[in-house]
Amino acid sequence: MDLARTEVAPPARPRSPHRGSVARLGLMAVPVAFFGVFFAYPVVAITVRGLKVDGVWRFGRIGDVLAQPDIRHVLWFTTWQALASTALTLLIALPGAYVFARFEFRGKQILRAVVTVPFVLPTVVVGTAFLALLGRGGLLDELWGVRLDTTVWAILLAHVFFNYAVVVRTVGGLWAQLDPRQEEAARMLGASRFTAWRTVTLPALGPAVAAAALMVFLFTFTSFGVVQILGGPTFSTLEVEIYRQTSEIFDLSTAAVLTLVQFAAVGAILAVHARTVRRRETALRLVDAGATARRPRGAGQWALLAGVLGSIAVLLVLPLAVLVERSLDAPGFGYYKALTRNEGSLFLVPPIEAVGNSLRYAFAATAIALLIGGLAAAALTRRDAGRLGRLVRGFDALLMLPLGVSAVTVGFGFLIALDEPPLDLRSTWILVPLAQALVGVPFVVRTMLPVLRAVDGRLREAAAVLGASPWRVWREVDLPMVRRALLIAAGFAFAVSLGEFGATVFIARPDNPTLPVAVARLLGRAGELNYGQAMALSTILMLVCAVSLLVLERLRTGLRSDRTGEF
Amino acid sequence: MSTISGTKKITAVVVATGLGLAVLSACGSSDSGGEDGSGSKTVTLVSHDSFAYTKDVLKAFEKESGYKVRVLKDGDAGQAVNKAILTKDNPQGDVFFGVDNTLLSRALDNGLFQSYEAEGADGIQAQYRVDQDKHRVTPIDSGDICVNYDKAWFSAHKLTPPTSFDDLIKPEYKDLLVTENASTSSPGLGFLLGTAAKYGDDGWEGYWKKLKANGVKVVDGWEQAYNEEFSGSAGGKKAKGERPLVVSYASSPPAEVIYADPKPRTAPTGVADGTCFRQVEYAGLLSNAKNTEGGKALIDFLIGRQFQEDMPLNMFVYPVVEGAKVPDAFTQYGPAAADPETLAPARIADNRDEWVKSWTSLVLK
Repeated sequence: MDLARTEVAPPARPRSPHRGSVARLGLMAVPVAFFGVFFAYPVVAITVRGLKVDGVWRFGRIGDVLAQPDIRHVLWFTTWQALASTALTLLIALPGAYVFARFEFRGKQILRAVVTVPFVLPTVVVGTAFLALLGRGGLLDELWGVRLDTTVWAILLAHVFFNYAVVVRTVGGLWAQLDPRQEEAARMLGASRFTAWRTVTLPALGPAVAAAALMVFLFTFTSFGVVQILGGPTFSTLEVEIYRQTSEIFDLSTAAVLTLVQFAAVGAILAVHARTVRRRETALRLVDAGATARRPRGAGQWALLAGVLGSIAVLLVLPLAVLVERSLDAPGFGYYKALTRNEGSLFLVPPIEAVGNSLRYAFAATAIALLIGGLAAAALTRRDAGRLGRLVRGFDALLMLPLGVSAVTVGFGFLIALDEPPLDLRSTWILVPLAQALVGVPFVVRTMLPVLRAVDGRLREAAAVLGASPWRVWREVDLPMVRRALLIAAGFAFAVSLGEFGATVFIARPDNPTLPVAVARLLGRAGELNYGQAMALSTILMLVCAVSLLVLERLRTGLRSDRTGEF
Repeated sequence: MSTISGTKKITAVVVATGLGLAVLSACGSSDSGGEDGSGSKTVTLVSHDSFAYTKDVLKAFEKESGYKVRVLKDGDAGQAVNKAILTKDNPQGDVFFGVDNTLLSRALDNGLFQSYEAEGADGIQAQYRVDQDKHRVTPIDSGDICVNYDKAWFSAHKLTPPTSFDDLIKPEYKDLLVTENASTSSPGLGFLLGTAAKYGDDGWEGYWKKLKANGVKVVDGWEQAYNEEFSGSAGGKKAKGERPLVVSYASSPPAEVIYADPKPRTAPTGVADGTCFRQVEYAGLLSNAKNTEGGKALIDFLIGRQFQEDMPLNMFVYPVVEGAKVPDAFTQYGPAAADPETLAPARIADNRDEWVKSWTSLVLK
């Protein structure tokens, strides 16, 4: 989640000469090989298949495709809806970030987990819930007769729903650690409340806000399920269009061109993000988050808290509640009981077994993501100047690319690229965790990196001087300090794997469906029981996600003091 | 910081994870044993997500033939075909089931199948037979894409449900119909083809202009149309769907009964008999199949009486073999259309992409 987590520079420390460089390039080899084989190779294979017809490159297609008015319309819509979604998310979530950072109130920990649940829910579930909320007979309809289900507002609000937590966690995380006394000092010196905020807090927060905004922009620019379900046939993002061209229309060359366009756009976004992150690595005066929050005072603050809680209730909790309500809409938990039977032959197994499958896959994906992401983070820990530094930073950005590449591209790529021994993985179970790990790794790296960087290099050097081997240094110095971050990274990779839908749906085997895949299949059939079971499974998925996030919250609280204790 | 206990804990976690992975891989390898079918005892059937059957029926085949059947469901109908074409040089299985008449030409033109005339093919009803000179595909089932109506809504509004394409453009049915995007949804495409069959090359666009003027709503997929927008389905009722007419299947009404608890005496929905387009699904032996003998036996089995009679309640489709019985619930709540529209696969092949394109700019833009 904390993809744009604040990175705080530890005190300057002496750099040891090149001795470590070779070792670190060695550490990078495993993640590089992993991404090369399971990401770059399949994506390149499917793109080449689209652009190379009968052995001849058809680069002319790029111009042709981009000249089509329909495609231009898609590009335009993709961009402006992402901008609008980002602006709206910031507008609604920034007050939330402030409230989470500065106010102490009962149930805060649970609430923080709750606002994160949407981020890991599969879009197929969310789309259904949102239709029920914004569509006919939804809350807005009942209160004011307003329906948004065929308008762009439905898409924008669902994007806020998904990305609220990105802003709250990224910006709020830093905000909580900014020393309020700095602002107080400015006021003491005669600045107005607003001036103090503008000149003291805003500059410190700015980079975190920018980073969060860029991540929201990235997620909404590549939005798929939300747009497909809520947008109807009239609205289409680049990602949806790639899916249609590949999967439905089977026009691989158009899909390949669009994949390249999206690749370029995502690359640009990540490059800007990388710059922002670096800019953020200026030393800030940080304090323990626990010390800055206090109970709201005065009518204004209480009103702000109430407003934020209200917006969370309407925008985030209500859609989730609709799911639960619909899943209970049969006497005596009927839909839940039906999950244990194998009535329809849709799955060959009782749908409830999808829970076990999902957990197993998610464990395996987490293990892979921790291994790959952990090695990558270890390799990226030290910041270097010069060419090596650029190489390392480039690698850092590359790890994020899977978040911005269409799942259908990866899925079809797997199909044609991983079909020959020794990589004939098409029909093996490991393909699912591998695909899920691709999206899990960036989370692991983002979580581990700041903590690893915060480990004082002098400790490592001291250990080395005393004769410890590099492995021993890592085990005795780094590991104990990052173990909590490791668990948190594992938790996020786990939750993200659990909800991963786009790639999984392509490769999950019918007798081993995951939760999101089973939900989608149930929704694809007529009949009350199927529909009710889909809602029941969605609710179970939501609960599993919520519980793992709640556990994370507990760990996180501990971590914060670990980290900040160093400064 | 309690370093030592922390380290121990991590070690434990690592060991446990390692063990877990080992167990997982053991499970993985055991259930994918002999997966590539190179041992000629395994035959792999590639199909779409809607493929369903009774376990015992397939077991009977395995027992009789000595082959072990592995089923690979590979996405929705369109995706499964596209993936099969992408992988045709090194296919994922031996037999592909589930390419329908709307996509048949794509599969044949891309050389997806090799010739095989199934044993028992002479029992298939004549109207379903295609590709008679090369026998690359064998028809397996048929179904009708039709407008469904919400019985309760029409009786509450004292209105007779529509029965034909012509009815749908009448003012009394204004703003009542929801259909699917023809470029992304198989029933949506079927409905478009039905109008093309009915009104011909010169007439269908005019028909759709009138349908659009009469307030037809287009959504992307069947799930949304049927479970969210349609007022007559179980899902749609909960979602307070407000369109009493939806493009779905002739077999949707029996599904509404069979998947209800308690089961109603009559289906809550009905079918507008004159709005149907017939969809036929085929199976074929994949080019470059590794186990051709097993594949042939499997295709024979698919048109055997046992499997044919097993299909209706599993996939909500009708058998194509003469004399195969259809369960009572099926005929009672959802009889096949008496006189559905049909189009020759060649005509679909020549026009499909063009029609969808014109339809998109006509209806969606």
